[in-house]
Amino acid sequence: MRVRYRVLVLLGAALLGGCVSSLDQVTRTGQSAVQMRSYQERAFDTADKEQTLRSVIATLQDLNFVLDKADLDLGMVTATKLSGYQLRVTVTVRPRGETQMLVRANAGYEEEVVKDPKFYRDFFAALEKAMFLTAHEVD
Amino acid sequence: MRLPRAIRQGLTSAALVALAFPFLGGCQTPPESAMALSPDAMKLRQLQTRRVEGIDEKALLAASVGVLQDLGFNIDESETQLGVIVASKKRSAIDTSDIAVSALESLIIGMVAAALSDDHESEGDINFDVTQKIRISIVTRPALDSSGQPRPDAQVIRVTIQRLVWDDEGNLTHAESIEDPKVYQKFFDRLSKSIFLELQAE
Repeated sequence: MRVRYRVLVLLGAALLGGCVSSLDQVTRTGQSAVQMRSYQERAFDTADKEQTLRSVIATLQDLNFVLDKADLDLGMVTATKLSGYQLRVTVTVRPRGETQMLVRANAGYEEEVVKDPKFYRDFFAALEKAMFLTAHEVD
Repeated sequence: MRLPRAIRQGLTSAALVALAFPFLGGCQTPPESAMALSPDAMKLRQLQTRRVEGIDEKALLAASVGVLQDLGFNIDESETQLGVIVASKKRSAIDTSDIAVSALESLIIGMVAAALSDDHESEGDINFDVTQKIRISIVTRPALDSSGQPRPDAQVIRVTIQRLVWDDEGNLTHAESIEDPKVYQKFFDRLSKSIFLELQAE
């Protein structure tokens, strides 16, 4: 009975997922990289990487996240929010030319990348307030 | 031309499972408000934040690690250059008041169920929260002086705490951030003692 149920679940998943090998998940994106970056990235007019990261951390704390990791040299922060659900965000900060910092956020929710542009807009709106700077869209 | 019964049943079940999948796994979007500042964000910030005078950032981080050790946390991650410490601990989640309430609820539900039917199998199945993982992140930053410059001798510290709770069958029952002011008050009380010790040791 258990075995048959398992077969049925697999069959159901295959019908729905179009027979994707689970290993394909390693390199699967579902969207073009350009498309994803368009809503996950913003540029800020500052050359101060440390201050930008500190503002990202403060913003995440304001949004009720608890940090998982932070690294100034690599320019990255990972944090988790628990609020009846589990949401994990990684934010990277790297220089863009001499005068700007490029901030990229990407979030995972229930084993999927969050693809809702509004989600990222909300994050950058909160970050703008913490930075006292405007977030520029990046082409 | 009818398919054999076993196959027909199988197909029906497969169809049901396939239909259930979008509800189980699909539509992975977090709640609308997940990244929006909540109305009590400022209140939370206040109860999670303290300003500490007469200490540099590294000493404050060291004092914070001391408190975490006093409280039995293990340090998972630290980045001194950004003023970040992350720690966690796994502990019992058994709350006596919680058990009393659940037991009473189950008793009442059981009695009602028994009164309504002769089926006694519906009784029982009381699950308790037994383990919890508590995670804490501590973030420091230099306080700013009147001209907006960072001060080396005054810091701002913000603590955020969250927990995951599992019941006796290993099911996740709560995933929440801790917003109880008393928890933060107790933490900061301990921190001021630890800062005192840290400054004396210097």
